[in-house]
Amino acid sequence: MTTEQLHRLHPLTPVLRGWKVFAAAVALALQQVYNNDVPPRWLFIGIAASIPVAAVYGYLSRRFTHYVIAGGDLRLETGVLFRRSRRVRIDRLQAVDVVRPLVGRALGLAELRLEVAGGSSAEAPLAYLAEPAAQALRAELLARAAGLDHQTPEAPEAVIAHVPLKRLVVGQALSAATLIGLPVLLGLVVVAAVIGEWSLLGLTVPLALSIVPMIARSVIVHFDFTIAESPDGLRLRSGLLETRAQTVPPGRVQAVRIVQPLLWRRRGWCKVEINVAGYAGDDQSKASVLLPVAPLDEAHAVLQRVLPHVDLRAMTLYGVAPGARWCDPLGWRFESAGADERVFVARRGRWRRETDIVPHERVQSARITQGPLQRRLDLATVHLDTTPGPVHVTAAHRGAAEARRILDAEVAAARTARAVAPPERWMSRPEPPAAPTLAG
Amino acid sequence: MTTNSAPTSRGEPFAPEGLPWVRVSPRLATIRRLRLVVLIAVLAAGTAVATWFAKPALAVLPAVVGVALIGWGWWVIGRAVGAWGYAEREDDLLVTRGILLRRLVVVPYGRMQFVDVTAGPLERRFGLASVQLHTAAASTDAQIPGLSPAEAARLRDRLAARGEARSAGI
Repeated sequence: MTTEQLHRLHPLTPVLRGWKVFAAAVALALQQVYNNDVPPRWLFIGIAASIPVAAVYGYLSRRFTHYVIAGGDLRLETGVLFRRSRRVRIDRLQAVDVVRPLVGRALGLAELRLEVAGGSSAEAPLAYLAEPAAQALRAELLARAAGLDHQTPEAPEAVIAHVPLKRLVVGQALSAATLIGLPVLLGLVVVAAVIGEWSLLGLTVPLALSIVPMIARSVIVHFDFTIAESPDGLRLRSGLLETRAQTVPPGRVQAVRIVQPLLWRRRGWCKVEINVAGYAGDDQSKASVLLPVAPLDEAHAVLQRVLPHVDLRAMTLYGVAPGARWCDPLGWRFESAGADERVFVARRGRWRRETDIVPHERVQSARITQGPLQRRLDLATVHLDTTPGPVHVTAAHRGAAEARRILDAEVAAARTARAVAPPERWMSRPEPPAAPTLAG
Repeated sequence: MTTNSAPTSRGEPFAPEGLPWVRVSPRLATIRRLRLVVLIAVLAAGTAVATWFAKPALAVLPAVVGVALIGWGWWVIGRAVGAWGYAEREDDLLVTRGILLRRLVVVPYGRMQFVDVTAGPLERRFGLASVQLHTAAASTDAQIPGLSPAEAARLRDRLAARGEARSAGI
């Protein structure tokens, strides 16, 4: 592949983009006809007329869309009437995702999403490319982002974790049950007992069934969840209908949260979420899962890959002063926080345990806040801000002076950590090692 | 004066060590009070007219409530503006604000993505501008209103220069 070459999207792109709109229009039209609002003749004329229009638009829009890799940039040109040209700095890539919707899989097409920090959605979605082309482009972009030659072959990978279907289903069932089922069930039992109408309990059956779609949705998204490690980063793959293959290069994980919902704790399971700059909007909840359901040991092993040299179990966390009981009567005993030379950790939750981990060099800004009640009790809450995502690192209800000490220590640690942070192009070394040349 | 008591009454955890807070201009309070008075006056007048048609005897009530609200808001604004402050340290900027919910944010210069200077028509009239710092985190809450345009421009340039010197991806 030579540089500066124009690339176009796959010829079937308009079909894949347009079929949903088309199907919706036809469904709407059919409904109108069914209601006798419109004679069927007009429906056929409408459909017959819209096909060429859509085809011409699809053809034009594909014709006017192309991308070029030039220098350190990927340039994407789009728009028939309003032209838009967007440059994405490849060394600023935060993640590269290959998403294949169900229909796309049938046609052998994939969407390549380049995630850069900021912006409200994927900055440069290349939809759609032929699958091999998407894979090749992904490998090329990652090689360039790493600071390697663009013809470097795709990096090998080693699977480090896989979520079996049974664990996924049981886990999602338990978490959905806690979230919706249990409170409603308890409510029903109480109401039934109060009004003495036990037949109300018959309602539990439809209720139990109603959480099935919730479980199913989550199982479909996280089906066959696999984490593999390779020199170009972590590769996360999952999905039953729409499959998603994410690549998060080293050092792009901004913060990590380990969640242990109440009903998972007996089994020792947890969920791991991450903040990656660039994932935003609807995509965020799907793309921010590092492990949907996993035993704690496995989560810790994966965490070691994401944040090397971090051992959560060896860290000392400090609880809050008893004064905090007035701010958080149920959970105050479970609030704790601590730091070592690499990360800051905050833990909370009596029933649903959450552990937030943020590497010092990823902290964007640090805050302390103090509400009126906290002020009375001489307490304050420390917040460490990272890029948007599910993880919000907070250490609540620390003593006010202690909160300030934590803040100052964190600011200092972040400064030191940034100074020694590895380069953005993670394969390029400041000084190339004098390695023996193997092949010419 | 409520403004001069605020800095000293702020507890230890919010004080910058060895540095004074640079306070924002009291003219910010004037603008906010002006806005408050106009808003309350319009609302009170509307309500008064409505009550006049329904029950003329009660038409004076909105005026009383309005005056009370203005008085209370006047005092709150004075305290809030007095609590706002910033301090430039060697590697980071500190911003504090809030009376009920007190906040202190530390933004390292190297983390700054961009700096905004804005001035609305009313602010321009009173010779004020505000500076807002943005990092890659959306939750960074570092806004400094009520600066003179010269100070805002100086701060912006200084922050940008320092940010460049200490820049680090994200």
